[in-house]
Amino acid sequence: MTLLDFARGPAMQIAIFIFVLGIFWRLVGVWALRQKKDLSEPRQKGAWIGGIKGLYAHAWPYKPFVPYVGAQYIVGYVIHLGLFIVLFFGTPHMLFFADIVGFTWWTLPGGVITFVALVTTVALFIALTKRLVNPVQRLISNFDDYATWFVTTLPFVTGLATTANLWPHYETGLAIHLLSVWLLLIYFPFGKLMHSFWFVVSRYTTGSRFARRGGMA
Amino acid sequence: MSKTTTEMALDLEAKRLSVVEPGTRVDLQGEMSDEERVEKAMTNFAKDFGRVTATYMEACIHCGACAHACPFYEASGNPRHTPIWKLEPFKQAYKREAGPLAFFYKAFNLKKNVTLDELKEWQELLYDTCTMCGRCTLICPMSIDIATLVGMARHGMFHAGLVPHELYTVTEKAQREGSPLGATPQVFEDRVEWMGDEHEVDMHMNEDEAEVLVLMSSIEIQKYPESMAATAKILNQMGKSWTYRTDGYEATNFGLLSGNTAWQKEMSMKVIATAEKIGAKLVILPECGHAYQALRWQGANMYGKPLPFKVQHISEFLADAVDSGSLKLKTVNSTVAFHDPCQISRRGGATSAPRKVLEALGVKLIESKSGGSMNTCCGGGGGVITIHRADTLRYKVMGAKFRQLGETGAEMMVTSCSNCRQNFDDSGEKLNWDKQMNSLLELVADNLVEEAKK
Repeated sequence: MTLLDFARGPAMQIAIFIFVLGIFWRLVGVWALRQKKDLSEPRQKGAWIGGIKGLYAHAWPYKPFVPYVGAQYIVGYVIHLGLFIVLFFGTPHMLFFADIVGFTWWTLPGGVITFVALVTTVALFIALTKRLVNPVQRLISNFDDYATWFVTTLPFVTGLATTANLWPHYETGLAIHLLSVWLLLIYFPFGKLMHSFWFVVSRYTTGSRFARRGGMA
Repeated sequence: MSKTTTEMALDLEAKRLSVVEPGTRVDLQGEMSDEERVEKAMTNFAKDFGRVTATYMEACIHCGACAHACPFYEASGNPRHTPIWKLEPFKQAYKREAGPLAFFYKAFNLKKNVTLDELKEWQELLYDTCTMCGRCTLICPMSIDIATLVGMARHGMFHAGLVPHELYTVTEKAQREGSPLGATPQVFEDRVEWMGDEHEVDMHMNEDEAEVLVLMSSIEIQKYPESMAATAKILNQMGKSWTYRTDGYEATNFGLLSGNTAWQKEMSMKVIATAEKIGAKLVILPECGHAYQALRWQGANMYGKPLPFKVQHISEFLADAVDSGSLKLKTVNSTVAFHDPCQISRRGGATSAPRKVLEALGVKLIESKSGGSMNTCCGGGGGVITIHRADTLRYKVMGAKFRQLGETGAEMMVTSCSNCRQNFDDSGEKLNWDKQMNSLLELVADNLVEEAKK
């Protein structure tokens, strides 16, 4: 079995298994916890509307905070959108998913994907630099923050190296790229990458809690 | 616990001769071994690990944005004052003891046990530098309600005997005497009578039945007693059936602020039982921010069922009264800047109420930058004003607040929280503020149109 066979076979299966089971475990582990009902008389009905509002209200900082965190949000959006575009609109990635779901979709030209991946990688390095340089972020950062950065950046770097044919041996390079993605999947349920789910739950929770009070969240 | 001054380096660069960094004073209550304190903190932290708490714990991405919404961080520039950092031991306990991956963290010791030294270090962060104003939630991309979590973390700290002395003392006094500042039932009754005589207002005391039960905060009873007369004057003018009661008058709830849920419940239950006894349909809360949180939003949860009466902050009551036309007010020719108490506006949802009242008074309201529900906290709530070692930073926070209000250019400053007001008074004296903070309630009482009797 070559490294590529391993990456395409058992490594992928193990990674997907841990990814799915881990996410399920983490979500259920929280949702299974008890929660006392709030018995206070709500100021208004339809708290769920506030929950929905909370989802998009926090998608961009409120006006007074833009000078402080606007740039940080932009870097964050570049990373998230870059990840999304490269993952779903890169032809090789689409073909990989098409094998699983059984249909294909429109993709972006390879050059565009390479450019987006490069920009995303730069944004990831900007985020890391800020984490290392900014006194607040440096203080509150832990192993998970750096591990998350590493497993997110690695697929971009190995992917770009594969596209640019920088590996001495293409197939080994491709296998390393695949393995870096499986590493991301395996780490996903254990660290803050889970914010892909929690941001919805947390924003909704606060939005609905404060909507019933008529307060601001 | 403090270091002796001889160990401290002098700060010769400061305008006033001082030491470089005064040693942190850590307060302890009760006789307990170190292990027992940690154990008690952990047990009581764990009691709060429900689904909502867990969601918030899981959601943090350590972006540090919350620092920029915190008046304490903005005033000190100290990264330790980053709101989410104030929860570090609480988060650590959650991850190690209760989270879905707890077994994993514990088995490989990836999250260490919280130590007593850490808890001692965090006393300042959880009590001195957080008013639970909740502004950090607004900036958080995950919308984490850090203020509520700080309130929960205080539960563990209280039971571990790790509360700042002043806050502990007033809480214990409130538990024992019924009021944190010496406003015992007798003192309350005497002062109500005094204010009745002084302002020639009919005071309703200890009525057996009344539709409205009026509460007062000990700050008002002791420091701003005119509030008692102002409230009476308004209620009399409206022809309400109302009463003050010596068995249920204290609106402040230091059980809530210090972190003792059992005492919080006892304090709330006193008021609830009194309101039930006299058949009150409405309980009016005085100008006090956290009292509003304690009864309006947490009272029913302490009671274990929905409250059998309505709870309103005095500003909500006044807003309804001017809205319905049952209260007519004279026009006040002045420009006004309003300081929104965090617990009533942002976290309480009553932001529009004082604005309606001010509109009825005909004043020109000038909103401050980042005002209304986004208002910056004055830095005195959450028990912070009681803690002497927090004074230096509290004054710095207020310095920023003064600048914010000053920028409006308004002639008159108004608020609807007596705790904020005493913070403005204290800091104003210290920082030579050229303005004075006024009470919305008293402004209304001073400008009643007498013919509007109903």
